[in-house]
Amino acid sequence: MSEKVLMCGNEAVAEAAIQAGLDAFFGYPITPQNEIPEYMSRRMPEEGRVFVQSESEIAAINMVYGAAATGARAMTSSSSPGISLKQEGISYLAGSQLPAVIVNMMRGGPGLGNIEPSQSDYFQATRGGGHGDYYHIALAGNSVQEMADLMYDAFDLADKYRGPVMVIGDGILAQMIEPVDVFAKKRPPIQTDKSWALGNLKDRSPNIVNSLFLGDNVLENHNLRLQAKYQIIRDTEVRFEATDTEDADLIVVAYGIASRIASSAIRKARKKGLKVGLFRPITLWPFPAKPIAALAGQGRKFLAVELSYGQMVEDVRLAVNGASPVDFYGRAGGSVPTVEAVLEKIEENLK
Amino acid sequence: MSTLVYEKPESLYDRKTHYCPGCGHGVAHRLIAETIDELDIRHKTIGIAPVGCSVLAYNYLNIDMVEVAHGRAPAVATGMKRVKPDHIIFAYQGDGDLASIGCAEIMHAAHRGEDITVIFVNNAIYGMTGGQMAPTTMVGQIASTCPNGRDPLKEGYPMQMAEILSIMPGATYIERCAITDPANIRKTKKAIKHAFQRQLDGENGFNMVEILSPCPTYWRMSPVDAKKHITEQMTKTFPLGKLKG
Repeated sequence: MSEKVLMCGNEAVAEAAIQAGLDAFFGYPITPQNEIPEYMSRRMPEEGRVFVQSESEIAAINMVYGAAATGARAMTSSSSPGISLKQEGISYLAGSQLPAVIVNMMRGGPGLGNIEPSQSDYFQATRGGGHGDYYHIALAGNSVQEMADLMYDAFDLADKYRGPVMVIGDGILAQMIEPVDVFAKKRPPIQTDKSWALGNLKDRSPNIVNSLFLGDNVLENHNLRLQAKYQIIRDTEVRFEATDTEDADLIVVAYGIASRIASSAIRKARKKGLKVGLFRPITLWPFPAKPIAALAGQGRKFLAVELSYGQMVEDVRLAVNGASPVDFYGRAGGSVPTVEAVLEKIEENLK
Repeated sequence: MSTLVYEKPESLYDRKTHYCPGCGHGVAHRLIAETIDELDIRHKTIGIAPVGCSVLAYNYLNIDMVEVAHGRAPAVATGMKRVKPDHIIFAYQGDGDLASIGCAEIMHAAHRGEDITVIFVNNAIYGMTGGQMAPTTMVGQIASTCPNGRDPLKEGYPMQMAEILSIMPGATYIERCAITDPANIRKTKKAIKHAFQRQLDGENGFNMVEILSPCPTYWRMSPVDAKKHITEQMTKTFPLGKLKG
């Protein structure tokens, strides 16, 4: 069971979701995540579980909403333009406090963009994305193994905090084939109170799943409860990986596939005697602001590297709050920063 | 000796209505509640409230319910029925919800033959938002966004959703009723019961009961005239009867 096999990111994410206890998958084709619904269409029926190819991304997220409202573990996946379409449903999931998992294998934008890897949906993923005051947990892996591992966490966190959780990859992590043990983090799903779920109405008053709150202060009070929940998540669920940051004069901040490129550049820089470290956020929301703030100052510099024109860098600057200089390097539109270009930027910062 | 001949169904709360005088939603709610009681399915029925005047349907129906985004009820119902196949799942939708913004969702739920019931309350207008033109608004009917009356050359003809959906193989029972008078109200109840019974019996396929329902407020008519309008005018565009099954 614990043998490593070769799988692409999409397949590994799909199998890990099944192993994590996924009851129902709803999806719509869009490149570069097509292997997820394709894999699910074969595997879910084998497991006696639900697979539906929906008529649209909007329908898929609403099917997720329906399944989740009955207490089932439900999931959808898509890529950037499709995730934009799902935002209505994600806002409703947040408002109605329904657990669900959404995978976004990001591609180039805006608009139809292209089908190449990108990290240009960071703002959308970390600022709620749809209408209303809400956040959802956003988890970003940087390998096929970690993407699979994060699926177990995603379902547990969704249940624990009763809300949507997004797992974020990109066109490279989706398509890249690596050795992976999808069972590595397998565990029984966390047990949470699901007495709010619809169905089997016996010896209780009816349950209502709803995001409509009329009357004086009723919606405000609902929002305050959501905000209190978000604060607990900020206080307890921040995840990151810090490598060689202790003695570093420059800390590169990068997540997902950008962190793989950055770590190659950092290795080369270290060989040249430059003291460079890597800080890799795993939760994009909640962003690891406090650990970054703790590293700021002391004559240290920061360099954010992204497959975007500078989105996460804004969170780095907010965290550093002027205590250190923060530089940025990124390419987007489907282009990927090269190791050499990142190395050059590192050297420029340490001149 | 007195005999109890009429009482409030268990599946209906006893509370004040927010619906306008003469509105059809209250009758439609009651028919659903009576059906649920009579089939003894309250413990395994989940209702879906749409966006529109009936957004608060869960305030009246004493059953498990979910409120969903505008037009998406058939997709939500799909997700529910697939994970709870032993439950009776019904979506309650108005004409703006079902025929306009939710056109894709209703078409594809029927197309896939989802084993769900849709109660489609057609009053040919957007009530909740103040009487705007709906896809079902009658030719010549005045609405706040067609102040000179619906012009089919500019705004199209009323969409006959029951006819459109009935040509799909996935749709196995579709009937159009009207809540205008006791005879038609009884027919409507029978249709709702038949649709729910089909789910209960595990009959495959999509069920829809379209209900022509009065909106005196935005038709600018008295409740009595509104019912007369359904019988004399609306049924010309939306003929009553079973279309499928």
